Amino acid sequence: MTPLRTAAALALGDDALILSHRLGEWMGHAPALEEEVALANIALDLLGQARVLLSTAGDEDDLAYLREERAFRNVQLVEQPNGDFAHTIARQLYFSTYQHLLYGELARGDSEFTGLAAKAVKETAYHRDHAEQWTLRLGDGTDVSHARMRTACEALWRFTGELFQPVEGLDVDPEPLEAAWRASVEAVLTRAGLPVPEGPRTGAWSAGAGRQGVHTESFGRMLAEMQHLHRSHPGATW
Amino acid sequence: MTTAAAAAARRTPDRPGVPAGSAGTAEESAAEHQRHQHLFDAAVAADDRIEPRDWMPDAYRATLVRQIAQHAHSEIIGMQPEANWITRAPSLRRKAILMAKVQDEAGHGLYLYSAAETLGTGREELLDKLHTGRQKYSSIFNYPTLTWADVGAIGWLVDGAAITNQVPLCRCSYGPYARAMVRICKEESFHQRQGYELLLALSNGTSAQHAMAQDAVDRWWWPSLMMFGPPDDESAHSAQSMAWKIKRHSNDELRQRFVDICVPQAKSLGLTLPDPDLRWNEERGHHDFGPIDWTEFKEVLKGNGPCNEQRITQRRRAHDEGAWVREAAAAYAKKHTGETGARA
Repeated sequence: MTPLRTAAALALGDDALILSHRLGEWMGHAPALEEEVALANIALDLLGQARVLLSTAGDEDDLAYLREERAFRNVQLVEQPNGDFAHTIARQLYFSTYQHLLYGELARGDSEFTGLAAKAVKETAYHRDHAEQWTLRLGDGTDVSHARMRTACEALWRFTGELFQPVEGLDVDPEPLEAAWRASVEAVLTRAGLPVPEGPRTGAWSAGAGRQGVHTESFGRMLAEMQHLHRSHPGATW
Repeated sequence: MTTAAAAAARRTPDRPGVPAGSAGTAEESAAEHQRHQHLFDAAVAADDRIEPRDWMPDAYRATLVRQIAQHAHSEIIGMQPEANWITRAPSLRRKAILMAKVQDEAGHGLYLYSAAETLGTGREELLDKLHTGRQKYSSIFNYPTLTWADVGAIGWLVDGAAITNQVPLCRCSYGPYARAMVRICKEESFHQRQGYELLLALSNGTSAQHAMAQDAVDRWWWPSLMMFGPPDDESAHSAQSMAWKIKRHSNDELRQRFVDICVPQAKSLGLTLPDPDLRWNEERGHHDFGPIDWTEFKEVLKGNGPCNEQRITQRRRAHDEGAWVREAAAAYAKKHTGETGARA
């Protein structure tokens, strides 16, 4: 792989790795048994994608466990804490719509990512459906669920602009991707009776910051937990 | 009578408001009751399967609901000690294996609640009994997972004990339970091998990893032996369950089988079992082993184990904090009934 392709593999691999980790935090805490299964299933798909991508860039465990906060290239959206179920679903809606559209593009192209994308596009179609169905249920459920879903969609909105910053080494035009994302997300929010958030989608800190290794405060704590055991036994195999 | 005809004869007609196969209703005559009981006994004796719409004694139904529910609860509570390590798993491969395992456990809980529901008790009611302490779960999950090696010890010993207990349940007289167990045992055997392989990697790793593996086995060995329940002469439900062919072997018989399986496995792992009295008895053709601390077992069952409070609190909290989500799904379903869904 060229250094540019490696950079792209790290960006996409880190997205999948970090979101998988966040979803793993739900296990044993989900609102229904069916959601224990569904969230774990999505987390596993993402972890599988991360392992393929990180392995193309180097040793998957060295990359996951031995890099520090400033070396991770994931978007800030995926590192956001789980919050309540509505926050988790809003994060899933924004991210899985992006990922599904992106892998759709990559699967049609001809690059190092075509094979992975062909498999991932099937998985992300399921993730996107799951997020959309829950957005509808929460948005158009009870007054309480509507209010929570609205709050969550608004809170995470400012992290969505970063998804469409160009990624070096990735042959995808971000502009049509962003237009398709916006149309899809707006349609789901509207069907769910939720307003489309009005705030900025990029800001001083969220515009491409994660991709440059500048993360939010909770991220370092998440890495500390994730890496602790591996780092405590240097050179050990597991 | 052919098997099919015998099965048809056992089946009770549907009555509005009465769960299929319910016994002991006022309008059932003594003669009819006796005929049903006779057919039920004959079916059990012939190793036929009892199905949800068949007549069955009330006590048989109650015993099965209790046992299947407790089994389902154990799968659900059993997610916690392992999920405790998901965010700290030391390699991505191990993390994927552990996530898949915990996901399987939620799935096993779902199969088992479905099996229990065929007996006329809903999942909500069973969960409520778990949350209020009126139904139990396996005592083993009240022990903490203190190191990564505990994940391996749970796979090898706890899942190993569960399989020893559960394989005979694949031939249990109640059809839905037996069929659920066939599926569950296949997945559990896989988990058990993964746990063994995890411990093997640690045992053959650095000295710190080996020590971690040995410490985990030392802490999980005795609690695993307690999973088979009290000794035969103190087991309240055993005789009746064996007569009904819900249970096929006694607690002590299964415990002995488990010890005999584990001893050579421990040896090939390069780990010791924490029992100075453990030795091969040529005369019996089995391993003798030391006395189990039944006081500890009783304390854990009474709610005084290391994690009882924590486990049930987390389960209740997940349920309570998820209430608004379940209410939203119900409200949405009510508003949109009759619509064709957007799903493909």
